[in-house]
Formats: sequence, C-alpha cells, structure tokens
Amino acid sequence: SRLLLGERSEAVLQEKYCGVQSISGTGALRLAAEFLHCFHKQGTTVYISDPTWANHRTIFSHAGYSDIRTYRYYYAPTRALDFEGLISDLEAASPGSVVVLHMCAHNPTGVDPSQEQWSKIADVFQARKLFPLFDCAYQGFVTGDPDVDAWPVRHFVERGMCFMAAQSFSKNFGLYNERAGNLTAVCANTEEAKAVRSQLKKVVRPMYSNPPNHGARIVATTLCNPAFLLEWQDNLRTMTSRIVLMRKQLYAKLLERGTEGTWKHIVDQKGMFTFTGLEGKCRAIILLLYYSCWMGLPSCRIQTDCLDISLL
Amino acid sequence: PSILPRRRRFSSAVSCLKMALVRAPSLFLRNGLASACTTFIRPRSWWTEVPLGPPDAILGVTEAFKRDTNPNKINLGAGAYRDDEGKLYVLPCVREAEKRIMAKNLDKEYLPIAGLSSFTSAAARLAFGSNSPVIKNNLNATVQSVSGTGALRIGAAFMNKFFNHARCIYVPDPTWGNHVPIFKHAGMNIERYRFYDPLTCGFNFDGAIEDLENIPERSLVLFHVCAHNPTGVDPSPDQWRELASLVKRRSLFPFFDFAYQGFASGDCTKDAFALRHFVDEGLQVALCQSFSKNMGLYGERAGAFTMTAIDENERAAIESQLKILIRPMYSNPPRNGAFIASEILNNEELNAQWLVEVKGMADRIISMRTQLRDNLTKLGSTRNWAHITDQIGMFCFTGLNQEQVHRLTQEFSVYLTKDGRISVAGVCSNNVEYLARAMHEVTK
Repeated sequence: SRLLLGERSEAVLQEKYCGVQSISGTGALRLAAEFLHCFHKQGTTVYISDPTWANHRTIFSHAGYSDIRTYRYYYAPTRALDFEGLISDLEAASPGSVVVLHMCAHNPTGVDPSQEQWSKIADVFQARKLFPLFDCAYQGFVTGDPDVDAWPVRHFVERGMCFMAAQSFSKNFGLYNERAGNLTAVCANTEEAKAVRSQLKKVVRPMYSNPPNHGARIVATTLCNPAFLLEWQDNLRTMTSRIVLMRKQLYAKLLERGTEGTWKHIVDQKGMFTFTGLEGKCRAIILLLYYSCWMGLPSCRIQTDCLDISLL
Repeated sequence: PSILPRRRRFSSAVSCLKMALVRAPSLFLRNGLASACTTFIRPRSWWTEVPLGPPDAILGVTEAFKRDTNPNKINLGAGAYRDDEGKLYVLPCVREAEKRIMAKNLDKEYLPIAGLSSFTSAAARLAFGSNSPVIKNNLNATVQSVSGTGALRIGAAFMNKFFNHARCIYVPDPTWGNHVPIFKHAGMNIERYRFYDPLTCGFNFDGAIEDLENIPERSLVLFHVCAHNPTGVDPSPDQWRELASLVKRRSLFPFFDFAYQGFASGDCTKDAFALRHFVDEGLQVALCQSFSKNMGLYGERAGAFTMTAIDENERAAIESQLKILIRPMYSNPPRNGAFIASEILNNEELNAQWLVEVKGMADRIISMRTQLRDNLTKLGSTRNWAHITDQIGMFCFTGLNQEQVHRLTQEFSVYLTKDGRISVAGVCSNNVEYLARAMHEVTK
C-alpha cells in the first residue's frame, strides 16, 4: 500500500488506509467487488471503460452485480483518449456508482489521461459522488518510476477522496504465477480503515482462508531492503526502456516503409499494449501470415514486449 | 444513522474539519475555489456504516494467544501441526523438494487456469488410488485450488450454478466453522444432519442414517472423508458402507472434504477408504483436497478440486465450467505449493520419504492422545476420557462446555475454540501434563 500511496502521503501518515493481500490483481478486484456489493449500498451500477480488460466485467458479474455499463474511453479515429466522451458519461452516471479506472498503462489500449485530465476526472468524481476503484496492474511499468506512475491515485488522496485500489505485482515484479497482489482501501480515518479491513477479511475467509505466502514474501523482502529496492527500480527501468525502444523502432520501421496511415499512437500509447488501429480480421491475418506476430483478435492489440526487431 | 458510536463519529468529524482547515488554503491555490470547497464541505465518507467485524472464531484464537504473556500458554486453536518441542514443522521432504525446484531455475509464467497438471493428476491419483476406475479411465475433472478452502468455494460455486436439484447442502452437525460461510457466500443454503453424539462423544450413526433417509432425494450432502473436523469422530468402515448404500439408493450427491489424507491413521490408503468405497459403488462425487496438513504446506495454499464424470465429454465440459468460475476469482492459481507437492508425489524416493514423515506426524498425535488420557487418569479424574483416544486426526472434541473452556483460557492460558475442540497437534511432551492438570481442574 505504501508503494502505491507514497511514504509521505497523508493517507499513510494519518494511517487512514488498509491493505489486504490478494491473489494478484484479479483477486484484489474480486475482493473489492464482493466487499462493495455487500457494503456499498449507495450505488448498484458499475462502470468499466470501453474497451477494458475482458475479465473486469466477469469479476463484477460473479460478485453479484447485474448493472454493468461502460464509459467512453478510446476514440478510434485519433487512436487516443475520448476525453469529452469520458467526462460526459461519468457526469451522467448515477451518484454512488462504482467506476473502474486504470491507474496507468490502460489495458488494452495503452492510452492514459494526462495529469490535467486526471484532475478534471477527479472533479467529476467529487461532484457526482462516484466511487473510484483503481486497477493498478502496471505501477512502474510505464515510466520506469513507480512514484510517477502512481500520480493519479496520489492525486485522488490529495483531493481528500476515499477509494479502493487493486494492485498486481505480476508485471512490475515479474511474479506472474506467484499471484502477488494487494487491495488498498483509503478511508476517512483510522477507525474506518480498521472496520473495512475486518470486513475484507470476512470476504477472504470463505473464499480461500488466507493468501499464498511465496510471492508476497518476495515483494516484501525486496521493498523493505534498501539494496534490493534499488535493484528492483533498476530492473523496472530496464524493462520499461526495452518496451519504449520496441515502440520507437516499430514506429520508425513503419515510417521507413512509407506504410499507409498514421502510426504515431504506437509511441504515444503507454505500457505493455498497443492498440494498432488495424481493423478487423483480414489485416490481422495478413500481419500474422507475413510476420508471425502475436496479436490478440479481434481488437487488434499487439504485445510490444514480445516483438523482436528482426520481425519488423 | 451511523453504526459507529457517537464518540467515533465526533472524532471523525473533528479530524475532517482539521484536515479541511489545513488543506483548503493550499488546494485553493492549486485547484481553485471548487476544490477547496469540496474539501471543506467534505463529502460524507463511504464507510460510516461498516461495522468492525468480530475476530474469526478459529483464527481469532491464535490472535488472542499471541497477545497473552503467560509463559505456560498453550495454543490448541488452529489446526497447525507442531513437533514435540511445540515448533512448527516443515517436512524434510518438502525442504528437499524446494531445493530441487530452485535448482531447475524455472520461470514465473502463469500457470493454466486449472493449475499445474502434474500436480492435479498426482493429487487425484493419491486420493482415488491408481487402480481406481476414475483414474484409469481419466474421468476426473481436477483443478488446482487455493488449498482446501479454495476447493470448497469452487465446488460450492459450481453447485450453485449447476446443481439443479437443490439450493442447499446438508452438512454434518457439527462441521468445520468455515463450511457455512463458504457455501452461503456462493449462494447456497445450509441444512444439517445429525453426526456427533455428545453423550458418547462418538458418531451418532442412527441419527445420521435417520436424517439422511428423510432429506429429499437428490440432495447434496457433505462428508468428511476422515478425521472429522471438529470432532475427530469418524464412521467405521461398515458404517461407511451403509452410508454409501443409502446415498446410492436415495440418489444423494456426495460432496467430500478431504483435508487429512495420511494424517488420520498414518496410512493414505486407509484414510481414503470412504471416498474410494463410494466411487467403487459407482457413485459420482465431488472432492476437495488440501495439502496444508499432510504435507505441512499451510501458507503455500496447495489444494485441488475434483468432480468425477461418466465420460470424457462430461469431464471436459465440467473442467471448462470450473475454469470459468476460477477466472473471475483469481485468474490462475499460485505456483509454489503445487510445484512442491508435485515434486514429492511424482518422485518415488521423495514420495516414500513423505509417507514416512506423514506417518510420523500421525503417530505423534496418537501418542499425545494416549498421554493426555493417561495423565487425566493419573490425576484421579473420574470423567470418561475414552473419546480422547477413540477420536482420530488433529482434533479432539473434549466435551468441555463453554464455561469450562472459558476457564481454561482465563485461568490457565490454554487456548481452544468455544466448542471445546482442541488441536492435539499443539500438545507435546512438555505441556501435556500441564494441559491435563488444567482440564482436570475445570471439570472436577
């Protein structure tokens, strides 16, 4: 939780947060969904971005939510954020609605709001009394700096807002199959944080009693040891710079070949995924045949970290 | 109205006001009047209606134990095996397996949703036996789970979705405390059938048979394969045969909780009798396995859930549906425990070593039962303590009432659950006399 919120966060200093270990990001989201379904009676609607990670919808529906809607997010003509659409949809959301936000490296588009846009998003949340649930699967994976990547969450704390954040250590620690994750809840005060934590435990107990130790021990050992922490931060920069390099090289090669269309979004988008803008199956198939690229059909998302420059 | 007491609401309001007075000016400078106002006129918190939950009945005992400063304190709450020095025991075969796994330098790639296949097939073989028709004909849909609880939850979710004949499950009375919330959270109701006879501290066979004869046909029924938790009372093989015959005749569906294979008698085959007999009778079953106790893997969360099918098509369909339930729960399972268990079960020499070690644990528990009973006799207790050695597995239902339990904890710092259940695994040579004395004091 302190990695996400920052050691100097008022949430940390005033101890008005709690963290519950989870089975990676999916587990954290499911804990949040179950808890909200039980205790968050102010709103029975969940909003997820359009598009979003496919599992978001399933997690909430299995937790008992039947009213799951989308807010506009990706604008295909510009291959960028549909900011007006996003604001407009959130302004129309009923008060108390739960809204799933991607803290950074939006999955699957790679399109993130700017800081200024995040601030305006926070305005809408406060005005409409919406409940923020951050999906934080890529902290440190965008810029290589976990503090910079956590800016949206920290901004919401500074604005005095309460929310939950589902953290995954699968990508930023490469722990994938160890299932290391954490659900952070920022509350109004310490007592509330204790109460929320005690009720989160009651969601965990009938699901799997207590979480797997191995991945959590690795993360804790790293974060609590100054030398390991430095090494991890260095590893993060290595991973993210490789991804950024792949983006730049793909873009450069496309320009070199005089490829039809605009491709700047490949370097503008952030994190592990790029929404290429290629339409439909036929172009994806051509790419597949000629370049043996892995692409996720039908939304045409390329995983940039699997690219080998020679394939281009 | 808030559930929090008035004082808490007041102090929470005061801290809000303090915060607002500090934050408002800087927010005004940064974000303008609107922001400052929203902080000042702070929105009511989301969580004022969330009550502070009570500590977990079983795990809460350990929490209370930790806070106790009495040097003679004994923790007989949660079922975690301890060696004769009262220390947590990591099996040597597990340490060896861990070494071998480290040496392989494996990557961290996600496991499939259904888990590590070398683990799931070995787990199923261990439970059903390699000669079982289920194993020979590949009729088990087995998925890795987050230990026994995880298996129960997957099973409960599957039943809630696909068991068309009933919305409830019949559990023995009493049963492990967590069974109830697991099924309830999955959307199922709980009904009970008689199981424990407090007069004999043994199995209420007639009561169980009578109740199971009277529940609706095609009901879902939970059975503990061995080492019943919390009572330690198991049906005899003949009684299991009668139960199987009743289940078959009335088309009941058996849902097995198997958390102690090898841990009860020390013999994995003997401990699996009930499950294997039901399968031999041609019954389809659901099975939840845990490797927390028998391999001491506790925090690694190694478990498996199995449903048996009539043919490959059904098996594949069941497995696909289990995966659909798992994906929005946690996507795919944690690797470590499964790798360790797989390494042990699939290696002849490690497996043989494990069988010796698990028998060692079971034997120590059996000897502690004997010592506890002998000590009580030596102290002159006139109460019948035969059930201490008649019961089997990690737990013993002492027969103590709530008041006596309370005294044990308050006066002697002996920690156990309110129902009088003790974890015999927490008893050792250097505390068995103290425990006997304490039990004698509160019951004489």
